[in-house]
Amino acid sequence: MRFDRPALAWWLLALAGVVVLPWHMQQDGLGLGAWRALATDDADAASALGQAIGHGRWWFWPTILALAAGLPGLGPILPRRRRGRILALAGGAGLLTLVLQAWLVGLRGWSYPGLAATFGELGNRQFGIGLGGALTFLGFLFLLTEGLSLLGRFGGDRFVAGAVGLLAACILLFTAWPVVTVLGQVLAVPEGQNAAAAIADRFAGPKVWGLACLSGGSSCGAAWNTLALALAVATSCTLLGLAFALIVTRTGFAYKRALRLLTVLPIITPSFVVGLGLILIFGRSGLVNQAVEAVTGTGLGRWIYGFPGVWLAQTFSFTPTAFLVLIGVVEGISPTMEEASQTLRASRLRTFATVTLPLMRPGLANAFLIAFVESLADFGNPIVLGGSFGVLSTEIFFAVVGAQAEFGRAAALALILLGFALGAFLVQRRVVGRRSYVSMAGKGDGGLSQPLPDGVRRAAVAVAVPWAVLTVTVYVLALAGGFVKVWGRDWTPTLSHFARAFAVESGPAGLIWSGGAWASLFTTLKLAAIGAPLTAGLGLLAAWLFARQRFAGRTALEFALMLTFCVPGTVIGVAYVLTYNVPPLEITGTATILVLCFVFRNLPVGVRSGVAALSQLDKSLDEASTTLRASSTRTLFQVVLPLIKPAIVTALVYSFVRAMTTVSAVIFLTSAEYEMATVFIINRAINGDYGLAIAYSTVLIVLMMAVIGAIQFGVGERQLGRRRASTAPVAALAVAGGRA
Amino acid sequence: MTPTRTAASVVLQGVSKRYGPVTAVKPLNLVIEAGTLVTLLGPSGCGKTTLLRMIAGLERVSEGRILIGGHDVTELSAGERNVSMVFQSYALFPHMSVRENVAYGLISEGRAKREAHAEADAALVTVGLAGFGDRLPSEMSGGQQQRVAVARALVLEPDVLLFDEPLSNLDARLRRSMREEIRALQQRLGLTVVYVTHDQSEALAVSDQIVVMRNAEIAQAGTPRELYEAPENAFVASFMGEANHVKGHLTPASPEAGTVRLGDLAIRLPHKGLVEGEVDVVIRPEAIILVEPNASDVLGGTVATATYMGAHAEYNLDTPVGRLFAVAPEARGLRQPGDPVGIRLADYGVFAVKGS
Repeated sequence: MRFDRPALAWWLLALAGVVVLPWHMQQDGLGLGAWRALATDDADAASALGQAIGHGRWWFWPTILALAAGLPGLGPILPRRRRGRILALAGGAGLLTLVLQAWLVGLRGWSYPGLAATFGELGNRQFGIGLGGALTFLGFLFLLTEGLSLLGRFGGDRFVAGAVGLLAACILLFTAWPVVTVLGQVLAVPEGQNAAAAIADRFAGPKVWGLACLSGGSSCGAAWNTLALALAVATSCTLLGLAFALIVTRTGFAYKRALRLLTVLPIITPSFVVGLGLILIFGRSGLVNQAVEAVTGTGLGRWIYGFPGVWLAQTFSFTPTAFLVLIGVVEGISPTMEEASQTLRASRLRTFATVTLPLMRPGLANAFLIAFVESLADFGNPIVLGGSFGVLSTEIFFAVVGAQAEFGRAAALALILLGFALGAFLVQRRVVGRRSYVSMAGKGDGGLSQPLPDGVRRAAVAVAVPWAVLTVTVYVLALAGGFVKVWGRDWTPTLSHFARAFAVESGPAGLIWSGGAWASLFTTLKLAAIGAPLTAGLGLLAAWLFARQRFAGRTALEFALMLTFCVPGTVIGVAYVLTYNVPPLEITGTATILVLCFVFRNLPVGVRSGVAALSQLDKSLDEASTTLRASSTRTLFQVVLPLIKPAIVTALVYSFVRAMTTVSAVIFLTSAEYEMATVFIINRAINGDYGLAIAYSTVLIVLMMAVIGAIQFGVGERQLGRRRASTAPVAALAVAGGRA
Repeated sequence: MTPTRTAASVVLQGVSKRYGPVTAVKPLNLVIEAGTLVTLLGPSGCGKTTLLRMIAGLERVSEGRILIGGHDVTELSAGERNVSMVFQSYALFPHMSVRENVAYGLISEGRAKREAHAEADAALVTVGLAGFGDRLPSEMSGGQQQRVAVARALVLEPDVLLFDEPLSNLDARLRRSMREEIRALQQRLGLTVVYVTHDQSEALAVSDQIVVMRNAEIAQAGTPRELYEAPENAFVASFMGEANHVKGHLTPASPEAGTVRLGDLAIRLPHKGLVEGEVDVVIRPEAIILVEPNASDVLGGTVATATYMGAHAEYNLDTPVGRLFAVAPEARGLRQPGDPVGIRLADYGVFAVKGS
């Protein structure tokens, strides 16, 4: 007797979930200590089988029967196709019944009044899914994919089938479902209100689309504000980025390396640090204001709080990203084109205007759209500098945390923001997909790229150099703020802010981490470290599936994943809160939801660096491995992964760093127990405690620099050196990056 | 290494491949005898590589069946078929040593590592690379990498060995010696080999059988001699070597042969079932014999260009049937442009084919 061992393993996993482990979420987290689930009298701590037998919770029977029905599919007796059909049916039925019972039976019996009316009151109830339910779900999922692969789907490859199943389930559970929940929330109207009018007000009210500011009124709607800001930021970032890119690639400028270093800044700094820096310079007690006041006697007022301040801060924050994108674009233009133009009697200026610039157009559009989307999604700068200038991301936040907890309004705003982001995404796909003139074949033509025409060069230097100096100044001042007592009033140098945040005392029982920031720092480090390998693993798996495998529904899955990438963080935050607040998946306030949030927010990093690395890797290497009798698992682990090690490192580091510095989504998800560093800092800044906020930011930045530096030093030289990749991991990171 | 015990025949029955609306290979039948070397030859995009990849199992067939050694392998994946492939880029794993590369397939099959490495070393000896096992592929020349790829494929004792344009990354001189080595190895070990190339001279040099493909179907299959000396259509004729295409008028005279009139010249040719009327006539340059213009039974013409090539001479001739390209063995008495010449045709290298 030989059993189909992988299928048996999945079946046993589901069995454990059904019989042994507590089905529902336990108070002590995952409930690992709850092995008594078998024999407990407490219905909510029992396993599914225990609940069905001992507590009259009949809705578990279909799931249990589905599991039993899968048993013949494991044995060696039946032919392959027959077993495949049994496993696929049992797995599918198990998933279906599990999801149905979780969905339909909730905290108060039937989840929908209509069901109670049809079937009578249930007289019973259940909490959210816990360890048992989750493992059973996984077991059924993989039984289904095993069955499908036995039936010859997915090329008969069980690993590919399982990977596709896992990815599809993840996208459905952790992106599609939350987004659909947001949609549902928009339509939920409190009792006694006119539904149509309420919904119309949420979407089209003056707070969203008002244009009062144009006619001298108070302020415009958040949607217009967001669009205007994003367009302004995208324009300024693209122009500045182009100036930087031209200087770095096409001139003999002496400090090129220093300019390139600028690109690292936005990766390692939380987005609001620039905002804090600007407050210290242009705020009411900022350096410039004080100087002007000292000379002229009148202050400049609060101009920095509002559109100008946010615009300035976002331009500072996102110009390096545009710069990095455009370096690639400019370097990708074949010098022979320009040489050809010169031999055809064109002047340098004419060559630049008629050949170089038009060739860069798709790249410029791409940089523009990336900056546009970054601005849409940014939360840190508007919350610090926005004042009464509300953009969608902050309005969503205030709708949720405000006294009225207007979830419907938050959901409507989130949908509008999602619409903007999707629009930009679709435009970007068109632009980048169809009109890329830049040849991606690694071999460059010979020839030297032409130096810039003098006028263009002077203009670029005149724009870029002061801006670079200003950027550095902002960062330096932002960080200097942590070392004086009260900025603007008491300039005494002090380390007291650091002491308040990071004090360590030695007590009788060893060290006491008495500083206020330790708890959030440790939590953040821990969760980011848990999230990073998950992100990298899932992302690279997805990249491998899309780049190397052909299966039914691949395009749909790929598109769904790309869509999840463009959901702004605030939208995800709201969606997670709304979705996971209640059973069947009640994980709000846990560490799980934060890790999930990291993984699905940072997945693009893993996917993009994986796809980029795989497209460099000759596909015939995989095929050679296949014809040499290797399974797809062996091919993946022996051939593909060793050859894309740099991409793995990139994905790991970047997802770790981003988890440490992200604000937008996690601000909705932190709880007293699991407070994140960035949220802690923002709360301090909102309360005017800039000293501590800045001291903490400094520590974060130094920490991130140390992490990246260590990786660069340890891995960068050896691994990357041999693979002739001239871009260090950090440079690759920023291109791979999406929004913070 | 002992001769492969398992050399097997390959039979394609109605095999076709479609990608959506695009047909990469039209339904075709082909039998590859055990122990022979068969070349799939054709211009790029003709479907030859797709056909090879279907035999390898890297592409699924849209219709039809593939039998290897009498067993239906249509539903089997590449790893489950007993075939090996040498890739155009060699596809040597750059992070493994040469020995690890060659042993990779054996270890995939579940052999012990030590045993696999010993067999890998033996296979390296077979291809003349004894002692190179510890090197990385990047430390070897193109020709050596090619041999490693062959050793890696051979060590699995495949039923069929597949080559996908194996010599296209080598320089011209090395290409010639490598193709001789591949042919010698195939004959020594009695392997069944399917070999894809777009180079007709390579195909002529190594093959037992050549399958010329065009537009996703087989244009003609046969031995190298048959294809060069008796092409069935104008495409095969010009793909297998230089050829002039002219129009002639055929009058069948017997069951096999007929008379074709080319201007003033009448020649007897096998008509291969063509009926009376206009036919395409293919003339190899070396079949054109230049004589004095006033000789009898000749096609009159004038020299348009004359090129001295050292060992021979090349001419473009203007004639009543069109411009002809001719190669003349004697280069010393080079004719000059404008000279009148008489043209006769040899009894080889002239074919009447169906109009294309």
